[in-house]
Formats: sequence, structure tokens, C-alpha cells
Amino acid sequence: MDVAVLVFLAILFPTLASVTNMAYRNNPNLRDSVTFVCAILAFACILGILNIVGSGISEEIVLTEVFEGLDIAFRVEPLGLLFAMVASGLWGITHVYAIGYMRGNNEKNHPRFFACFSIAIAAAVGIAFSANMLTLFLFYELLTVSTYPLVAHKGNAKAVYGARVYLAVLIGTSVALLLTAVIWTYTLTGTLDFVQGGILAGKVEGRIVPILLGLYAFGIGKAALMPFHKWLPSAMVAPTPVSALLHAVAVVKAGVFTMLKVGVYIFGIELLADTGASEWLMWVAAYSIITASIVAIMHDNLKRRLAYSTVSQLGYITLGMALATKMGILGGGLHIAMHALGKITLFMCAGAIYVATRKTEISQMTGLGQTMPVTFAAFGIGALSIIGLPPLGGSWSKWALIVGAADAGQLIAIFALMLSSILNVAYLLPVVAKGAFLKSDDNPCKGVREAPLFCCLPPAITAVGCLALFFWGGMLLDFLQPVVGDGHG
Amino acid sequence: MAGGTEAVAHQALEMTDHLPVLQVLIPFIAAPLAVFLGVRSLAWPIACAGAIASLVCSVVLMLATLDGSFISYHLGGWAPPYGIEYRVDAANAFVLLLISATAVVVMPFTKASVDAEIPKKDHTLFYACFMLCITGLLGVVVTGDAFNVFVFLEISSLSAYVLVSQGSHRDRRALTVAYDYLLMGTIGATFFVIGIGFLYMATGTLNMADIADRIAGQGDNRTIQAAFAFILVGMGLKVAIYPLHLWLPGAYNYAPSAVTVLLAATATKAAIYVVLRFTFSVFQPEFTFDTNVLYWIIIPFALLAMFAASLIAVFQTNFKRMLAYSSIAQIGYMLLGIGFFNLSGLTATMVHLFNHSITKAALFMAVGALVLRSGSTFYDRIRGMGKSMPLTSAVVVIGGLSLIGIPGTAGFVSKWMLVQAAFELGWWWMALLIVASSLLAVIYVWRVLEVLYLGDTAEGAQHKEAPMMMAGPMWVAALACIWFGFDTSLTLEASRVAANGLLSGNAGMAPVPTTAAGGGH
Amino acid sequence: MTTGDNELMIEFLLGHINYWLFVVLMMTGLYIVIVRGNYVKKIVGLNIFQTAVFMFYISIGKITGGTAPIFPTDSQGRIRPDPDIVYSNPLPHVLILTAIVVGIATTALGLALIVRIREEYNTIEEDDVLEIETKLAEQENRIHGFGPGGGA
Repeated sequence: MDVAVLVFLAILFPTLASVTNMAYRNNPNLRDSVTFVCAILAFACILGILNIVGSGISEEIVLTEVFEGLDIAFRVEPLGLLFAMVASGLWGITHVYAIGYMRGNNEKNHPRFFACFSIAIAAAVGIAFSANMLTLFLFYELLTVSTYPLVAHKGNAKAVYGARVYLAVLIGTSVALLLTAVIWTYTLTGTLDFVQGGILAGKVEGRIVPILLGLYAFGIGKAALMPFHKWLPSAMVAPTPVSALLHAVAVVKAGVFTMLKVGVYIFGIELLADTGASEWLMWVAAYSIITASIVAIMHDNLKRRLAYSTVSQLGYITLGMALATKMGILGGGLHIAMHALGKITLFMCAGAIYVATRKTEISQMTGLGQTMPVTFAAFGIGALSIIGLPPLGGSWSKWALIVGAADAGQLIAIFALMLSSILNVAYLLPVVAKGAFLKSDDNPCKGVREAPLFCCLPPAITAVGCLALFFWGGMLLDFLQPVVGDGHG
Repeated sequence: MAGGTEAVAHQALEMTDHLPVLQVLIPFIAAPLAVFLGVRSLAWPIACAGAIASLVCSVVLMLATLDGSFISYHLGGWAPPYGIEYRVDAANAFVLLLISATAVVVMPFTKASVDAEIPKKDHTLFYACFMLCITGLLGVVVTGDAFNVFVFLEISSLSAYVLVSQGSHRDRRALTVAYDYLLMGTIGATFFVIGIGFLYMATGTLNMADIADRIAGQGDNRTIQAAFAFILVGMGLKVAIYPLHLWLPGAYNYAPSAVTVLLAATATKAAIYVVLRFTFSVFQPEFTFDTNVLYWIIIPFALLAMFAASLIAVFQTNFKRMLAYSSIAQIGYMLLGIGFFNLSGLTATMVHLFNHSITKAALFMAVGALVLRSGSTFYDRIRGMGKSMPLTSAVVVIGGLSLIGIPGTAGFVSKWMLVQAAFELGWWWMALLIVASSLLAVIYVWRVLEVLYLGDTAEGAQHKEAPMMMAGPMWVAALACIWFGFDTSLTLEASRVAANGLLSGNAGMAPVPTTAAGGGH
Repeated sequence: MTTGDNELMIEFLLGHINYWLFVVLMMTGLYIVIVRGNYVKKIVGLNIFQTAVFMFYISIGKITGGTAPIFPTDSQGRIRPDPDIVYSNPLPHVLILTAIVVGIATTALGLALIVRIREEYNTIEEDDVLEIETKLAEQENRIHGFGPGGGA
């Protein structure tokens, strides 16, 4: 099949799932199975694209021209393909998990939930395949708007407040800063296409480069760069599947993915490296990494702790971009996949614990490991992958980032990455240790069994995925090579 | 046989030649027809037919002028500058299309809402006024004669006062707001006439193109400056430029739903068009005064509107009133585009004229449907209607997103153009101000969305979807919001041609008109 | 100030006498519209305001030494244009005919609205109406929450 058709289908299937959910609102089994089939088909489409395009770059697929020389258009390239694979591949798994979670928790408004969820996936795939900044911005905002009802899902005061913060930060940054940056770029260059080597090279100089980069970096609120990270912990009021897929995979990864795209295809790493414009961003990212890790340690609520951990991990990818070295970019790209798998495992485990025991605080989970061995084993693997220990996927991206930092000669960045790994250990492993090895006197978990199969199987699968990624790491690195040019970094 | 076809072809040519006047005449005739036939059930079909016929006229005119040419029609066969001239170029063809298309789209909605809000005995008169209002608006836009603008302006305004006062069947305050509207509108119109008087003193002519030529010939003088000041203030009252907006929130709030839709979507837009036409085609800044004057007069007021009105909108507790203040803020955007005085800025104004019009039409129709079911527009009475009226609420979502300027909606296109215009001038701080004011839009839109979707269901409301007669037009407008967010070939193209024409001041008499039709033979 | 300046000043004042009258009348009208609380008086003010503009128009059509724009005819009734005769400009008069019609329509509509207001509020004094409306607005604010922007 044609790449264009497959790209459309990859976006169409999630949309179709959304429509089905609204149309068959009264038939839960039909709804959920159709959605699952759509998820499989969407993933199959993306694998089909992978099969055809490989690590090459496809032709541009133009839908319509909106402004002069500015289209709504798609183009497949390795970075986007990787992101699309991660987002759509994890959709099916999370969907299974979400069915278990939503039913196990007796949540309301299932059709609306799953409809918005599917639209968010469509938006994520759209972001992945965008051929220019305008298309990306379109899907970026679609993603924000479609996830808002998910965050506000519970409808109580806390959820409404959390959703408000979520929306205020995401829409606020994108409308105020990102849009300004995009239009500024357009007036400077007359195009917004993602071009190898950047479109701004030769068009801007002096102080404008760091200012523009600042508008982009803070404008992409989804990348949760401090101080615009508040939305991420706020979004944790959402049901856990949302936190898992959207706020650990699709939404935040859309943010850092956009960040990488801007760095590589709008500015071009040569421009950034030559002008040193991104150096300040590296400092901000390093600050973000360390501070968020420290904040994570102080939170007892498991989901909040994971949220701050995400803020910190997203800093890695921004850091990779800010280093403006080939290895840094590759490490950032790789980290999208590695962190996605690790973090989704952790979130799904947190949700599984909640479904089984209604516990949200880490201090209440002492001794739970004995009764929920599968969940805690998966959590442990996910945690180790995030920390970056071999033989798990996370080690590759961290290694690549450190090499990238060394290439750039930024010892501070290396230091930040090392320190953060230690902090990762400090906030993730105690959860596993307390749960698996300690025994509580007044065992709070009497009568608690393992979470339902629908809830504990998906994290187990993604945990195995973390393991598998370690062995595919080199392959992935080669796959991403064309993003930064042909030669090895 | 051959001769016969020839005659038919000739006649058809004649008809198209008369389009500029037919455009205005059709609704003008429909109005008394509805009254004199005296059959209540016929009033609406007549109004409908009139609206559709004038839409056809405007579509043909738009197609004829898209290439940047213009059509000059001599009323009664009297050649300008002595006779009244109707002159259609891309700029007014675009606004004509907007007005007549809006009229057609809201017609079914009007039927449903009028049936619910206005006593049966007043229906025929209501539709007559409705058509007269449309006549006036179309006339204001189509004419090329300065005094004729005033006459049509008053036709539309007088009928608008009557239409607003019809809201008194629901709330008696409609009467006092209509009275206030009448006072302020008349003062505005009289100021406008004074301005035209000064122009006539300075140039000795009333034909806008001729005035332009003569101003270009004689350059600047105080009479012309005074004329510009009076016209700007007079039209400012009709446009509802921020400090002159006092009539607008009340009039929009208490008028019958259908009237609010019509006024919001077309009346202020026609007035904006007059400002555009006079500023650029008649006064021509390059001849009369330094463009700095535009910067210092128009831009501050535009910014004031964008921020003050948005801020007021944020704190409203009444959906309809909130939208009224949002309209004042959005008018600020259009003024800002005029103030930029470059191609992108004017394009932004023209395209926002259109985009804001469809957005507000969709939103005010949704309000009308909410009123029908809940009997009120206050937030606490429409709480939780998202569940019982999913179609209507979805329209509010789409319209709201377009108001903010989220990509994929019409509002995004105009905001993009406006920010681009600011960057082209090198005013990056202005770009930041524009986006900052759309952040305020995020707040006031989201307040409504939270009320509709997240609130507990209000008591005392009928929990039923709006009737098809309302939901249909609403969705046409909402889908148009999305459509024109992607397909800008019509809106941006027409706006660009129009802006180009306005900036080059092509209103002068010199170029040969494409069609020189004489009505008198 | 020298005598010459004084004469110039007087000439300026007298030469623009129509404008001074126009300005005075117009301001009087506007003042009434703004200050008077009675709805009917406001309409009267509006009329004075408009009439001032009508007079302004008519006065600018006047040309010194000009006569009514009617061509002289001979005994047979044929038109005999005489290039020596100066005519006043008739166009402003024509325009003002239209404007007067508009003015009458406005007045009529305004008065009709006042009749309806009297039926609903039982008063035509703005202060009383405002009092009633403020009470209504306060009532609404109590129920629905306060929204700024002034009552209408």
C-alpha cells in the first residue's frame, strides 16, 4: 500500500474508534472491542509504513494549503515514525488496561472517555507525521483540547481545578509563546517545513536566535520544562490510564518530540552549535532535571512522584536537544521510546495497586509486594529502566546522552545526568523495596489479591518490552541516524 | 431560432448587469410584500426567498470581482459623479457575500426562535423589519455614494432599533436598551453626516471615488481632517469601538435571539467596512495625513478594546452578555489590522470580518437554543446542558475554540494573519499583546465550557436537544468555522484582493470599469 | 491687539456666522440629550442636534449673491440660461430633504419606544427607569452572581 494511504489510515483508525465510542454509547463490549481492533489496525498501518519507508524520509503528502506556501501536510521520517510506533503501539496495551481500570473502578462516562482518548491518539500520530510546524501545531492543540475532558473526567472540584491548571499552562504557553515563535519563524523564512539542517540557518543571527529558541522551548509547554511543568502533576487527577498513556507517553512525548523537531529541523544543530544559542537552554534543562527529581523524592503520593519523575526525564530530552550534538539528539530521540515504555509500566502498576487496594500513598504500600508479585515485579523492572541500568532499555539512551554531552564538552550536563540517576534510585527503588521486602505489622493489605488480569497483564508486557529494548537499542540508534545526517555521531 | 437565443442571451446579460442594484432591491421589496400580502404564514417564506435571491446576486458579484476588477452601476442611468453610483469591488463583494450568506443561514433559526419569542401577531412586521435591516446593510456596502451610505445606514439602524425592542416580550429592558441604542446610533449617524458635509465642502462632490480623486489632487487641509474625525467618531459609535460601545452589550443581551445573531454577524461588520472604505478609499492616508495618525488614533483604541472588553467578558455571569463583550474585543482585532496599515494587516481585518462573523453567528444561535430550552442565559441556569443538548454544546465548543483562535478553526487564520502583520512591521511586542489578549479569550470561553459540561444539571430546564430548525443553521455555521480554518482559498484570497484594492486606493475614477451598465435604458 | 487685527477678527466671526450658529445649536441639542432625564426631552434634544446639521448643510449651499437655482424663462416658457446669474447650490437642499425624512422616522420611532416604555415602567423619567432596572439587576446578581460591565 501507498505510504500516503497508510498515514491517513493511521490517523483515521483512532478517529474511527472515537466515532464508534460515541455512536454505540450503550453497548460497552462492542465499543471496547472495536476500539481494540482499531488500535491493532493503527499499529499495523504504522508497521506498514516502517516496512516501506524504513529509516528513510518519505515524500510530502499535502492535504490543503492554508497560508501562502504553508500546507497541512504529512511526511514520514525516522524520529516521527519512532514516536508514532510508541504512541500507537502502547495504545492497544493501554486500552486493555483502561477497560480493566475503568470497569474495576466503576468510573462513569465511558463513551466520552474512550472517544477523547482515541482522538488524543489520532492527534499524537498526526504530530508524529507532521511535515511542517503548522500541521504540528494543529495537532498539538487538538491533543491539548481532546485531553482536557480526560483530566476533568471525575468532574469533582479537584478534577476541575486540576484540568484548569492543565489547560491554562498548555494552551497558555502554546498560544502565547509557541504561536508567536511559529509566526515569527514564518515571517523570517517564508516557510515552516521541517528541512534537514534547519530553515533558520542564514536567516537569523545575533540575539534573535536565543530569544526565538526561548519562545519555542517555553512555548512547548508539553515538554514540561520548568517553570511550565505545573500541569503535569495537576493532570494526575485523571484516571490512571490517562496518566499512563497520555501523560507519560503521548502528551509529554509530543512535547519533547516537538522540541527535537524544532532543534533539528527548524534551527538545525549546526546553527545552534555555532551560535551557542542553546547553551542557556541546557542549563535550564539541567536545573529542571535535578529540581524535579528532588521534588519527586518529597512526594508520598505515588502518581505525583511519578509525575515529577517525568518532568525530570523530559528534561533529559530537552537537554539532548540543547547540547546540539548529533549524539545528544539521538540520545533524546532514543529516550522518547525508552522512557515511554519504562514510565507507562510504572503508571500502570500504580493504577493496578489503586484498583486492587485503593491505596495512593507510598507509605501505605508497605508489604504489598507479597500479595501483588506481578505488579511489583513489573514496577521494579520499569524503575530500573528509568534509572538506566543494563540490561534494560533506559541504559542506552542515558549512555547516548552522556556521550553527546561529552561531545559538546559540557561537563555540567554529564554531572546533571549522573546526579539525576542517583536521585532516580532514591525516589523509585524505595517503593519497590518497601513493597516487596518489608512487612507491615498491621498488614493493610489483608484479603488483597493481585489486580485483575486486565490491569496487571499490560504492565507485565511493557516491562518485558523494556527488557527487549535493551537488545534492540543499537538497532534503534542506527534507525535514527538519518535524522542527524548519515555519518555516525 | 438563432435570433431567439440571441435575445435570451442579451436579456441574461442585462440581468447580471443590474445585479448591484438587485442585490439591494430584492430584500427591499420583500419587506413590504410580506406586510401587504397580510398572510402570516407567507411572511417567512418571502423573507427566505428574498435572502436566497440576494445571496445569489452576491455570489455572482464576488466571482466577477475576484480578479481585482470592479463593477460600476449607475443608478437611474445618471453617470457619476452626478448620479448615484453603486460600485462593487472585491472588498465590498466579500462583505455583501458575508451579509447575504449569513441572512440565508440564520433564516431557519429565525423562524424557530421568532415562533418561540415573539407573539404571532407581530410576525409579519418582524420579518419586514428583518428584511429592511438586511437591505440597509447591503446598501451601505454596495453604494459608492457617500450620502447614500448615510441613508442606508439609517434604514438598517432604524429597523435594528425596532428589532431590538422586540425583545420586550421576554424582558422589558429591551425597550430601554433599544431607546439608548437609538440615541447613540442617531448621534453617530449625525456625526457621520457632518463629516460628509465637510467632505462636500472641501471637494464639491459626494461620489466616493470622485472625492478620493479630488483629495488626491488637493492634498491635506483642515476641512478634510475634520471630516475624517467626524466620520471616524460617527462610525465608531456604530462599530462599537471600545469607549463608544455602551449600546452594544445591552442591545445584544435583550434583543430576541435571532436579532442578536443578525446584528452580531452583520451589522457591526458593515460598519467596519464603512470605516475601511472611508479610511483607505476616500481619505487615502498617503495623501491626507501621516500614517502615524492612524497608528496613534486607531491602535490604542484597538488595544483598549482587546484587553478591557475581554477582561469584562471574563467576569460575566451571563452567556449572551459575555459574547457581547467578546464581540467588542474582537472588533479591537479588526481595528488593529486597520491600524497596522499594511497588506497583511488589512487582509487580517477583512478575513477576521468574515471569520468572526460566522463564529459569532454559531455562538449566538447556540445561545438562542439554550434560551429556548432553559429560558435564560445565566450560567447557573444553563449548567450541565452539555449532557441534554450535546449538539448545541458542541457548537459552543467549536465556536469557542474559533474565538480563541485554536488551529483548525477560522479564528486561527485571522489571528495568524494579524500576528504576521505585526511581525512584518517588526512590532514583536504587538504580536505578544495580540496573543496575550487571546489568552483572556481562553478564560472566558472555558468558563462557559465548564458550566456546560462539568456543572451539575440545572433545575427547571427542559432537557431536550434544540429543534432541527435551530440545530441545522447552527451546525452550518460551526462547520463553516472549521472549514474556513483549513480551506482559506476563498476567505484569504478574497481578503487579500480586497486589501490590495483598498491599499492601492483604486476607488478613483480613472480606471475603466469592467461593466458600465446604465439602468435607465 | 491692533485695529487691523480686530477688524480681521470681526470679519472672521461674521464671515463664519453660519458655523457659529450651527455649533451653538448642535451643542445645545447634544447637551439636552445627555443631561435631560426625560425621555421625550431627550428626543427633542436629538431633533435640535439634527436640525443644526441640516442648517449647516443648507448654509454651505449658499453662494454669495446667488439666487434660487431656477433657470429664467422667456414669455413662451422656454428656458433661457443666463451665464451671468449666480445660483446657489441646490444639492445640499436635496440631501437635507432626505435627512429630514430620516430624522422624522427616528423621532417617530423614539416616541413610539417611549410609549412602550411608559406602558412597561409607568414612567418616562430616566432616573426612575434606572432605579427599577438597578433593582432588577441587583436581584439577578443575587441569584446568578455578579457580572461587571454596567447595567443596561
